[in-house]
Amino acid sequence: MNDQTQQLEAITQKEYKAGFYTDIESDSLPPGLNEDVVRQISLIKGEPEFMLEWRLKAFRHWLTMETPEWAHVHYPEIDYQSVSYYSAPKKKTDGPKSLDEVDPELLRTYEKLGVPLDERARLAGVAVDAVFDSVSVSNTFKDKLAEQGILFMPISEAIHEHPELVKKYLGSVVPYKDNYYAALNCAVFTDGSFVYIPKGVRCPMELSTYFRINAANTGQFERTLIIADDDSYVSYLEGCTAPMRDENQLHAAVVELVALDRAEIKYSTVQNWYPGDENGKGGIYNFVTKRAACRGESSKVSWTQVETGSAITWKYPSVILQGDNSVGEFYSVAVTNNMQQADTGTKMIHLGKNTSSTIISKGISAGRSSNAYRGLVRIGPNAENARNYTECDSLLMGDKCAAHTFPYIEVKNPSAQVEHEASTSKISEDQLFYCKQRGLDVEDSVSMIVNGFCKQVIRELPMEFAVEAQNLLGLSLEGSVG
Amino acid sequence: MKMLEIKNLHASIEGKEILRGINLTVNAGEVHAIMGPNGAGKSTLSNVLTGREGYEITQGEVIYKGQNLLELEPEERARRGVFLAFQYPVEIPGVSNIYLLKAALNAIRKHQGLEELDAIDFLTLVRSKMALVKMDEQFLHRSVNEGFSGGEKKRNEILQMALLEPQLAIMDETDSGLDIDALKTVSEGVNALRSPERSFVMITHYQRLLDYIVPDFVHVLSEGRIVKSGDKELAKELEKSGYSWVHDAPEPEGQPA
Repeated sequence: MNDQTQQLEAITQKEYKAGFYTDIESDSLPPGLNEDVVRQISLIKGEPEFMLEWRLKAFRHWLTMETPEWAHVHYPEIDYQSVSYYSAPKKKTDGPKSLDEVDPELLRTYEKLGVPLDERARLAGVAVDAVFDSVSVSNTFKDKLAEQGILFMPISEAIHEHPELVKKYLGSVVPYKDNYYAALNCAVFTDGSFVYIPKGVRCPMELSTYFRINAANTGQFERTLIIADDDSYVSYLEGCTAPMRDENQLHAAVVELVALDRAEIKYSTVQNWYPGDENGKGGIYNFVTKRAACRGESSKVSWTQVETGSAITWKYPSVILQGDNSVGEFYSVAVTNNMQQADTGTKMIHLGKNTSSTIISKGISAGRSSNAYRGLVRIGPNAENARNYTECDSLLMGDKCAAHTFPYIEVKNPSAQVEHEASTSKISEDQLFYCKQRGLDVEDSVSMIVNGFCKQVIRELPMEFAVEAQNLLGLSLEGSVG
Repeated sequence: MKMLEIKNLHASIEGKEILRGINLTVNAGEVHAIMGPNGAGKSTLSNVLTGREGYEITQGEVIYKGQNLLELEPEERARRGVFLAFQYPVEIPGVSNIYLLKAALNAIRKHQGLEELDAIDFLTLVRSKMALVKMDEQFLHRSVNEGFSGGEKKRNEILQMALLEPQLAIMDETDSGLDIDALKTVSEGVNALRSPERSFVMITHYQRLLDYIVPDFVHVLSEGRIVKSGDKELAKELEKSGYSWVHDAPEPEGQPA
């Protein structure tokens, strides 16, 4: 019996200690991870039995797994026992009392992003009740959606209110055995978003985490589940443009999308977690599993992501094209600066007939960063007439950064058409000088050139997100030239 | 009024001296042509005047409207009215022409203390300028210079010049790569921009551009120095006899008025 199994045995045989729960009034669980912690999370959330069982299965499986090491990223080993796995939303009195108490650097960033003052206060966690009446905003919003039968709520609520949907779909796209971080997420996730769009309904507005109560305090293991029933449509925005001031911290989210017959899901992300300082100190480890199943015929899923933050990004939003004539799209901009590392891309798994997928990936590396595209296009034996078009472009700024492309193509059906184009270029002195000669300063010039490079992706974003993304690109690369 | 005064300008690139004592005075409203064989330092001169990196100024000075031009950043020179029409306008994929034009105009207006133009006012203005170089509106929405023909690129440079209304326009081999129709269009555009407040420095290898844009003065640049200055007749002389004789010419005395 090896160490890990012994450990597992010890944990599973451990006696249920009621005394452990006395601490329930406090804000967070003590650091450490074992089966009791998993049980306690489930208990705090008041979950039904099926959830606890599923979590425990995931946890036990996780114990047998090893950290994936194939990605082109480097970091010290994570001590999972030093992390606290449950932290209740902080009380408002814990936050800064006014904007004067907030880090001026953070405020400067908000200002540059064009975040309105009220919003800045909210993002910085200022305890001003009048600033953002989240309860009423969210309620009017919820009522409007409820009229059409749309469910949009924290997943912890959905587990109580719609257990049948959760039971049917949770883990159906990303099973708990999927990968190391996904298994961990299944065991310890505390909240996230749940969306269900009923048959034939076109969601009348972009759904965004912005509107969800407690969004700002959602834990590091969030879990999102979106189901678009037959002939429905939804556009979902996920974003945090607030830099976090945390230490190295693991963020292991799981997002599952299910598109049934002729349904369409558009999922847009602007990710700007704290990337660490210029020497690579601090920053988020963003190890996220995002996957969609185009389960129905003629269904469609588009992932659009602008990734500028995090110390390390490990993320491959994927689409399983099960239904005949289904469509998968992946539009990505990944920017790395200073010591950031990104290994990101997608998987397009073609199973149904006449399925098609498009991959547009733009990687921008600056500073001493490393930026890798990793993508898999797999055409299954039954996927007649499947098509894929892939374009991977890398832009290098300076001579100390790196760009890598790892495309994997597996074709098991001779009728497939798979195209792959890749390019690597540098921001040229000529382009910069041209812009400067027209009166633009260096920062505006770089921002303009980079935005041009990313245009194919940016234009896929909803309007208000696109503006934010454009500002963010300029901001992320500030000081990387000249 | 003196627009530009270049005094004993020496400049090197990677330790190699290219400009070896240029003296030139350009008054407001004048058009100066600088001609010379390949390797004479023509492009170096335009690069040094506009502040491109990679050149070392070893001696001399450049005064633009009473100010030391060489201590300004390229964008500061541009905002103060120094414009370079590039010999090889660069392509910027994904950036629409209209976006660059608007950003450039507003950067200059901001420097002048004027309000930035909104989209509607800007469009009205740019349309009026496009007529000058016979450009179609679809150009505005194409990526900057991407897939443009040689003539289209040069017309685009003149469009930018017309829009930004510089006081000192430096034109680097604007005629290169142009067929006769494009040359006429470009020249008409430039001629329409001539005014008593605006000066031009036209750098060219060939005389034919000067048939369309008639200069007030012609200078011959050779081995980093102006070796001969005169009026438009000098250009014709050069056309006939080529550049071979200039190497033997003596140092010029003084400057044109």
